[in-house]
Amino acid sequence: MTNTADAALLEKEEDHGGPLRTFIGSQIAGPLAALILAIVVFGVTTSTFLNADNLSLIATQSVVVGTLALGQTLIILTAGIDLANGAIMVLAAVVIGKLATDGNALWALVVGTLVCLVMGGLNGVLISRFSLPPFIVTLGVLSVLTAAARLYTDSQSYPISSDLLTILNDGPTVGGISITYGVLLWIALTAVLGYALTQTAWGVRVYAVGDNRAAAALTGIKVRRVLLSVYLTAAVVYAFAAWQALGRTPTADPSGYSTANLDSITAVVIGGTSLFGGRGGVVGTFIGALIVTVLANGLTQAGIDSLYQQVATGILVVIAVAVDHFVRTRQTR
Amino acid sequence: MTETVVLRARGLTKHYGQVVALDDCDFDLRADEILAVIGDNGAGKSTLIKALTGAVVPDSGTISLKGEQVHFRSALDARRVGIETVYQELGVAPALDITQNLYLGREQRRKGLLGTVFRKLDKPAMRHGSARQMADLGIRIQSIRQKVETLSGGQRQAVAVARVAAWATSVVIMDEPTAALGVRETNQVLGLIERVRENGLPVVLISHNMPNVFQVADRIHIHRLGRRIALVDPRNTTMEEAVAVMTGAKSPESLHLEGGTA
Repeated sequence: MTNTADAALLEKEEDHGGPLRTFIGSQIAGPLAALILAIVVFGVTTSTFLNADNLSLIATQSVVVGTLALGQTLIILTAGIDLANGAIMVLAAVVIGKLATDGNALWALVVGTLVCLVMGGLNGVLISRFSLPPFIVTLGVLSVLTAAARLYTDSQSYPISSDLLTILNDGPTVGGISITYGVLLWIALTAVLGYALTQTAWGVRVYAVGDNRAAAALTGIKVRRVLLSVYLTAAVVYAFAAWQALGRTPTADPSGYSTANLDSITAVVIGGTSLFGGRGGVVGTFIGALIVTVLANGLTQAGIDSLYQQVATGILVVIAVAVDHFVRTRQTR
Repeated sequence: MTETVVLRARGLTKHYGQVVALDDCDFDLRADEILAVIGDNGAGKSTLIKALTGAVVPDSGTISLKGEQVHFRSALDARRVGIETVYQELGVAPALDITQNLYLGREQRRKGLLGTVFRKLDKPAMRHGSARQMADLGIRIQSIRQKVETLSGGQRQAVAVARVAAWATSVVIMDEPTAALGVRETNQVLGLIERVRENGLPVVLISHNMPNVFQVADRIHIHRLGRRIALVDPRNTTMEEAVAVMTGAKSPESLHLEGGTA
C-alpha cells in the first residue's frame, strides 16, 4: 500500500508537464515575454534598432546597473534592500582610480574589492547582528559614502589609463556584433549566482530566510550567518560593477552613478523578484536590466522624447509589483 | 503497551523573577504513546515544553532521554538527540516547494566532486525521500514539486509534521498543531499524529482542544500551577473531569490516576 502510493507520487512527479510547462510557470516567463515584445516592437517600428552595433550597445549599456542589480537581487531575496550599492561601487571606483594613478592597477583593484567587502560587511553586520531595518541602514551608509567619495577625491575625477582597469570595455567581435568582456563577465556572474541560488543549500536557505525568517530559524538555519553571507557576496558583485564602470567611462567620478541604486532596484523588480523576499532570481534580473535599456534605447531610436522612457519604466515597475502582489495574495487565502 | 519511558523529567523548576513557571514538575512519555499535555493559560505548559526542547534551561531538576540524563542548553541540543517540534504556525516556507521544506536546513548534496567542490544539491534523492515520507504518512498531495503556498492549511501543517517526523529519532512534540485549522483539516492532522505514533515515534501533543485530546491521546498529562497535577487515561476519565481538575474546580484525587502521580 505504502509502496504503491509512493510509486504513484513519484510517477506523477516525473510526469509534471515537462520543461515547457515548468518554464511557463516560472518567474522569468513574464519578464522574458516583455523583453521579446519590446525587441519585436522596436525592431519593426525603427530601422536602426536591430543593427548589430545597436544591439551590442544595448548590452554594454546594461552592464553596470545590471551587475549592481545582481547583488541587489540577493539582498532583496532575503526581504532586504540595498540603497547604498551605487555609493559603494562609486567609492570603490574612485579608490581604484586614485590608487592606480600613482601605483599598480591590480593592487588598486584588490583594494577596491576590499572597500566593497568592508562596506557590504558593515551593512551586513548592522542588519544581521543588530536586526536593524535594511532600508534605514543602507540609507545611512549611502549618505556617508556619497560624502566620503567626494572627501576622498576632493570632488575631483581621476582619468583611468590602465589597460587592466578598462579591459572590460574591450572584447571580441562575433558575427558583426562586438561583445565586451564586461558583458561576458555580467553573463558569467549571472550564471554563477543563478547556480548558487538554485543548486546549492546556501541558495535554498537564502530563499527560506526571505520567505519565512521565523520558520527558517526554527529549522536550525543560522539566519544571521545567511544574511551576512548575502551582503558580503553582494559586495563582491559590486566590486565587479566598479570595474565594469571604469571600463564604460574611463574616469573615476565621485559624483557619477547617483541613481544606480534605484536603477538596480528597478531592474530587480521588473525582473520579477518580489520586494517581500523569497521569490525571484538573478536570471529575471538580468532580463529586467535589459528591458530597461531596451526601452531607453528603442524610444530614442524611434525619436520619442527620452522622458517617455522614464514613464514606460515606471509603468513596468508598477505592473511588476502588481503581478507580484497578485501572485502572493492568490496563494494565501 | 510497554512501560518504557522515553522522555522523563523530575523536579523541574523554573522561576522568572517572582513568577514560578515550573514548580517541581514531573513528566513521563512512553515509547509508543501519544501523550496530551493540557492546562489552563499560564499553567506553565509552554515553559515545560520549552524545557523539554531546550528553548529554556530549568533552574533545577533533571531530564533524561531513554534512561540517560541530558542537559539541553539550546534548541539545537534537543534536536541533536532527536527531539523535534511542530509549532502552531511558522513551520513552513510558503514560496518553497514541499521537498525544499522537508529538507530545509538538512539539504543533501551530490556525491563526489559535484557535491564537495560545487556544493550541488542532490535534488532527485531529496524528491525521492520526500515522496516516500509523504507516502509513509499517507499525506495526499498532487506533486512534491508543489509550492507549499498552493496547499490547504491542513496540508501545510501536514508538511510541517512530515518534516519533523522525518528528522525526529526519539520524540515528536506538537505545540497546538491544529489551532489554526478548520474541522476537516484538524481531523487530517489528528490522523497524521496517529500515523506518526504507528511509525514508531512517541508524540507529545499540547492542545486546548479537549475533543481532539480525547480523540487521539493514550494518556493525558494535566498541568496546573507549574506542575503535573494528574496523569490520566482518557478511557476512564471524562472530558468534564479533566477540565475540572485542570481549572482547580475538582481535586485530582477524585480521578483514576494513571502511572506516576504528582
